[in-house]
Amino acid sequence: MHTKTLPDLVRGLRSREFSSLELTQSFLNRIRQHRHLNAYITVTEEDALLNAKAADVRLAEGKAELLTGIPIAHKDIFCTLDVKTTCGSKMLDNFTAPYNATVVEKFNQAGAVMLGKLNMDEFAMGSSNETSYYGAVKNPWNTQAVPGGSSGGSAAAVAARLAACATGTDTGGSIRQPAALCGITGLKPTYGRVSRYGMIAYASSLDQGGPMAHSAEDAAILLQTMAGFDEKDSTSVNCPVPDYSAGLNKSIAGLKIGLPKEFFSDGLNSHIAATLEAAINEYRKLGAEIKEISMPNLKLAIPAYYVIAPAECSANLSRFDGVRFGYRCENPADLTDLYTRTRGEGFGKEVKRRILMGTYALSAGYYEAYYIKAQKIRRLISDDFKNALSEVDVIMGPVTPATAFGIGEKMGDPIEMYLSDIYTIAINLAGVPALSIPAGFIAEMPVGLQIIGNYFAEDMLLNIAHQYQQVTDWHQQTPKGFE
Amino acid sequence: MEWETVIGLEIHAQLATKSKIFSGASTAYGSEPNTQACAIDLGLPGVLPVLNEEAVHKAVLFGMAIEAEITPYSVFARKNYFYPDLPKGYQISQMELPIVGEGHLEIEVDGNSKQIGITRAHLEEDAGKSLHEDFHGLTGIDLNRAGTPLLEIVSEPDMRSAREAVAYMKTLHELVRYLDICDGNMQEGSFRCDANVSVRPKGQKAFGTRAEIKNINSFKFVEKAINHEIERQIELIENGGKVVQETRLYDSVKDETRSMRSKEEANDYRYFPDPDLLPVFISEDYKALVKTQLPELPQAKKHRFKDQYALDEENAAILTCSCQLADYFEAVLKDSGCEAKLCANWITGELSAALNKAGLEISGSPVDHKRLAGLLARISDNTISGKIAKQVFEEMWKSAATADEIIAAKGLKQITDTSAIEAVIDKIIAGNPGQVEQYRSGKDKVFAFFVGQVMKEMQGKANPGEVNKMLKAKLSQ
Repeated sequence: MHTKTLPDLVRGLRSREFSSLELTQSFLNRIRQHRHLNAYITVTEEDALLNAKAADVRLAEGKAELLTGIPIAHKDIFCTLDVKTTCGSKMLDNFTAPYNATVVEKFNQAGAVMLGKLNMDEFAMGSSNETSYYGAVKNPWNTQAVPGGSSGGSAAAVAARLAACATGTDTGGSIRQPAALCGITGLKPTYGRVSRYGMIAYASSLDQGGPMAHSAEDAAILLQTMAGFDEKDSTSVNCPVPDYSAGLNKSIAGLKIGLPKEFFSDGLNSHIAATLEAAINEYRKLGAEIKEISMPNLKLAIPAYYVIAPAECSANLSRFDGVRFGYRCENPADLTDLYTRTRGEGFGKEVKRRILMGTYALSAGYYEAYYIKAQKIRRLISDDFKNALSEVDVIMGPVTPATAFGIGEKMGDPIEMYLSDIYTIAINLAGVPALSIPAGFIAEMPVGLQIIGNYFAEDMLLNIAHQYQQVTDWHQQTPKGFE
Repeated sequence: MEWETVIGLEIHAQLATKSKIFSGASTAYGSEPNTQACAIDLGLPGVLPVLNEEAVHKAVLFGMAIEAEITPYSVFARKNYFYPDLPKGYQISQMELPIVGEGHLEIEVDGNSKQIGITRAHLEEDAGKSLHEDFHGLTGIDLNRAGTPLLEIVSEPDMRSAREAVAYMKTLHELVRYLDICDGNMQEGSFRCDANVSVRPKGQKAFGTRAEIKNINSFKFVEKAINHEIERQIELIENGGKVVQETRLYDSVKDETRSMRSKEEANDYRYFPDPDLLPVFISEDYKALVKTQLPELPQAKKHRFKDQYALDEENAAILTCSCQLADYFEAVLKDSGCEAKLCANWITGELSAALNKAGLEISGSPVDHKRLAGLLARISDNTISGKIAKQVFEEMWKSAATADEIIAAKGLKQITDTSAIEAVIDKIIAGNPGQVEQYRSGKDKVFAFFVGQVMKEMQGKANPGEVNKMLKAKLSQ
């Protein structure tokens, strides 16, 4: 059952081929069996079984919603009523939210059964899932390698079939990079497409939730559930949500694909380049036109991101002060001691590094030179995308500079770690949607292809990805030991 | 040396919205601690602010009233600092693009009017309260107030004395209540003031170094705190010292200001635009709509009262110091059909005195405009004298009865029957030959004695005009 696509699972449940209880139980068994991957922080076994039974009742009554009875797991950044939400941090190890994130609420309304909460880099700051207070997640393709991050638990869980599908969030590549490194399909929607309410903020102007699944077809169903205006999130956009599944079978003959020369420069690993070339060839065969384009400001994305994201996070994480919830140091002597020790002990190294960077960038005398400058660069990058997407329909490129690296390999060198998001970060700065799909393997490790579209063109991206997945089977591969 | 004082005020007016500026929690004052703070006010992880449209509306209304530029595109910013009663570790405020730009306010001191510039007014959220008593050395936090909308109104350094500062504050207080955007309750902290004070030698152009005095929450304290600060600064400079830029706290018990923190210790608030909120666009259409909602403002109303009702400056000023009082006056005038002067005198005199004594506002007056009108109508048509009317008013204050009911029940109807008055006058003249002699020999003062005796005999019910006229005639016979 665990290798089936979402449409097959939905059909199987409705035709009573198997029950939600059986399906849920089988995923729970797999979670237990593959605990060593460390993909989950919390498994909500009891509730999952109860909800599966309730789903079976609704299925029997013919009252099923889109996802009734489908087992899903959420990145532990989404607040869940009465279930611990840690954000991968010691700071929130004891935190249970009194509300559901809008995304969680929508999946509940759609009838999905939550299996638990997935591991992640602490406060979504990291590209390897190694900054989690709950320990590193292992890549199912090679347990010595990282799954990527920050949605590393989500990518590993989907790749290892420890959930039918999962949610993730992407601030600088946190859905697409782990999706690529774990060989799954991950979509970062347009900024504002999915509500951020109840999604613990890292960098508010960049954060966006999205689906992580086996295929574009599955991702379409998940996005259908997640997307839409939310009056609780002022930055969510009030525009109609198309029927993503219905838009999956359009011909892409004549599609104009742009390849930014800056993405395919000498810096790109030759194996990755060859894999991408093969994937692009498939698109040629499907009738797409390939065009080289230039996006001169892409190279500025990483420095701009590492001013804007830390600046926002330095304020977003101020609420973790030991006063109202979360970790509090023992026996604080006074207020300053309460603040310094709570935050000193509760946050990990990478989080502290980014808070410090952001605080510095916003300080009097530096604000113009860093924050304002970075905002100007952000505008230039957005303009690059606008210009490119007026010439071509979509942009394609790599997701990562290489396949998954070894656990511990880059933890000593933050700059090296930051560079692993070099192809994904610009997309967040521009706010456009992008997805990562499996496009091949190098030494048995998955490689992702990134497809970037115009604002709110998720339907187009999903269709383009789906067309590729109709003629290739990279997305159907299962890591050894997880079949 | 002669010194000149320079004062600018920052006033925080709590906007009287039902719910908070970024959440749906109630803003009602005085509830049990932390019962009016929702997940958003508590700054829980994952929550997001959503702007309350009514707060924007009230801010724009204020901007229109001071003839300010309304910023077409205003931006919320985060002001970062740590304090236990600031749940998010930042306050959502406005920095570079406040909703209300430059405007002005007319004040009056000693009959001279002066225009005070208003630099800006911006929207922000209030913090909670730290409670230092009752927690055995610990501090309690009440977040009921967290997220209450504030309009921070910043003046130009245009005031030159504590009295001007008080006049400005009172004029502004009157204005926000007229506009119905703030309840103006200073005890509850709905209208708070910080003052920037500096001194310079008279004639010097450059400003002296200023000190900011925080949280002065009554008109009386503003005047005292500023005067105290002026004295302190002058004394300091005259003794060879220098004023340092700092924040000082006014202690109303000791009547002194003391240093809170110097410029060096001041926070770097690291303002930056709040990415959770979109910029606020105010369209021309919206401004046009709000303009139609502007009530008649205090100055205009005062001028109209003087012109339309021929009231003197003093009565017009008192009646228009609150919108409710002005409305009350106009209602009494309309219902009674009496002369405006009579109505004004009664409201600013008898009624105001009674309200003051009872510590009531006009809105809580036990005598509503209908009953007062009923009373004044009886003065006007000579049913009762002004003196009797005061008795009737006292009765009305204590009961729900109308003037007519009280007059009837107590038999207070004025006697205008000349034969009855004549009989009493004859009796008094006959019974006081000595005084009659005195009067006739030119001692005019004795006349009052006769009036008093007649009124006493008639239990005050005689028409005083009639009594005067007839007495004069009889005595000169």
